[in-house]
Amino acid sequence: MNNTKNHIGKKPKIQYQFDDSHLNKSEPSRYDPSLLKREEMLINIGPQHPSTHGVLRLETLLNGEYIVDVVPHIGYLHRCFEKHAESLPYNQIIPYVDRMDYVSAMNSEHAYAMAVEKMLGISSQIPKRVEYIRVLVAELNRIASHFVAIGTYAVDIGAVSPLLWMMRDREHILRMLEWICGARMLYNYIWVGGLYYDLPIGFEEKCIEFINYLKPKLSEVDRLLIENKIFVERTANVGILNRDLAINYAASGPVLRGSGLRFDLRKVDAYSVYPELEFDVPIGKGEMGTTGDCWDRTWVRAQECKESLKIVEQCLNRLQNDYKRSKDFDPREFCPKKIRPKEQEIYFRAENPRGELGFYIKSDGKSDIPLRCKARSACFVNLSILPEISRGSLLADLIAIVGSIDIVLGEVDR
Amino acid sequence: MAIVNSLIKKFDKDDFALIENNSDVECIKVSKEKFLEIIVYLREDKEMYFDYLTCISGVDNQEDGTFGVVYRLYSIPFDRHLDIIVEVNKTEKNELTEAISSISKYYRSANWMEREVYDMYGIPFEGHPDLRRILMPSDWIGYPLRKDYSTSEKYHGITIDFESEA
Repeated sequence: MNNTKNHIGKKPKIQYQFDDSHLNKSEPSRYDPSLLKREEMLINIGPQHPSTHGVLRLETLLNGEYIVDVVPHIGYLHRCFEKHAESLPYNQIIPYVDRMDYVSAMNSEHAYAMAVEKMLGISSQIPKRVEYIRVLVAELNRIASHFVAIGTYAVDIGAVSPLLWMMRDREHILRMLEWICGARMLYNYIWVGGLYYDLPIGFEEKCIEFINYLKPKLSEVDRLLIENKIFVERTANVGILNRDLAINYAASGPVLRGSGLRFDLRKVDAYSVYPELEFDVPIGKGEMGTTGDCWDRTWVRAQECKESLKIVEQCLNRLQNDYKRSKDFDPREFCPKKIRPKEQEIYFRAENPRGELGFYIKSDGKSDIPLRCKARSACFVNLSILPEISRGSLLADLIAIVGSIDIVLGEVDR
Repeated sequence: MAIVNSLIKKFDKDDFALIENNSDVECIKVSKEKFLEIIVYLREDKEMYFDYLTCISGVDNQEDGTFGVVYRLYSIPFDRHLDIIVEVNKTEKNELTEAISSISKYYRSANWMEREVYDMYGIPFEGHPDLRRILMPSDWIGYPLRKDYSTSEKYHGITIDFESEA
């Protein structure tokens, strides 16, 4: 092989030669198998396993069927977002932000755009129509994201048909977002100071049609999955996270709300046009078991889809009546040509489908690129709870617990 | 200013300094030695009640020759924020700096956040239960988010610099 030449007459290079020690050196196990007690067993789940929702490796120490400890190993999808961000102008970071949480890119873009706008001090200048379109697409994306969460969770538990149902309806949302900006998942639609384009003509009507289609489907999901006896037996009283622990672990999003705290940044921080919109914040009440179990978290997600639908409806109503499409409306009117914030440090947070997405940005006031841009990812923090809530449960329940936290490894590893 | 005022009453004035950084949140710089004491006070005191540690991020302050670690605390019942900065001196490339006290005993969310700062900036945390690299491989050389970081040429025999491939 070494001596043969390839078609352009060059010796092919061997890029990598496997060595047993490489694996152990790059990601060593926490537990040494030779030091285990007689009844203990070490099982490695992942990094390539469908139920880990990506490339997550779980080193599991078992006592029979019961979990003694779980050590999550992450970083397999680390793409150096923060390092890249330190060499890019503010507006060029947006596509990278998309790729962090690729299931709900619109929400991440919205958070990032608002953070930079706050740095520039132009938050109040953004036209209402732009803000309503932003919230509209973000909430549509939130529904799509929750659909993935619920659908894949059902597959983890052993029900395949909900996934197909959810994917079917999610596809409609992705098609609509594709109609808006040309991309299915990684949009680059929300820009600093505005939008890429206005909504396409006829979008509002189609969207209303879709809402009317989706409403009965959501109650179908309730009946098919959430209230299903098998599903309840599998998830109720599993992976209980009580409220104090959730706060201590800085959990956010449906994980925190599932534990019974009514804490939604859309209400608490009241950013963008959310104060003008009416919606409820569902919290877990322990209807089927204990507050903060896997069922509560999933139920909160299913309810949030309905709330998001309410928001979408209100946004469409406003966009059709108060802030109508007009010929002189330019969504890029307030997009700054050159983004150079004054010297400052800010932390801006927003509610993503998975929880609090925060951007800590430091600028020196002299350049167009940030000195530091840290993304506080919700999944990363939520995943750190996993060892705590899965100790003492069955191995089969570990899969149910991982699924209920709803992680996207792209955001965990950044 | 309410937070800082009550801190002044409780602690020595030299222990912390108010930082002006054009943000709408109070920001204090704390010395390494007093840091743990102040954090415990902010967490345990009934009027402070900072129960939620949102974010820990490392910062490379190029001119000052220091690394900063910024802690963002949030109080859910009072709905207010506080930034705390702890600074450590820079060291030679690829060397660990002095240690900062770990607060993972008080805020368990700090466990992974501190590991991330350790991974990216090489700042160790004293008293951390499980200080390992988290995002980078364990045998990675250097701390990637330092400004003087340079990519190593090879990792496990794989050439990293793709330009030299041609």
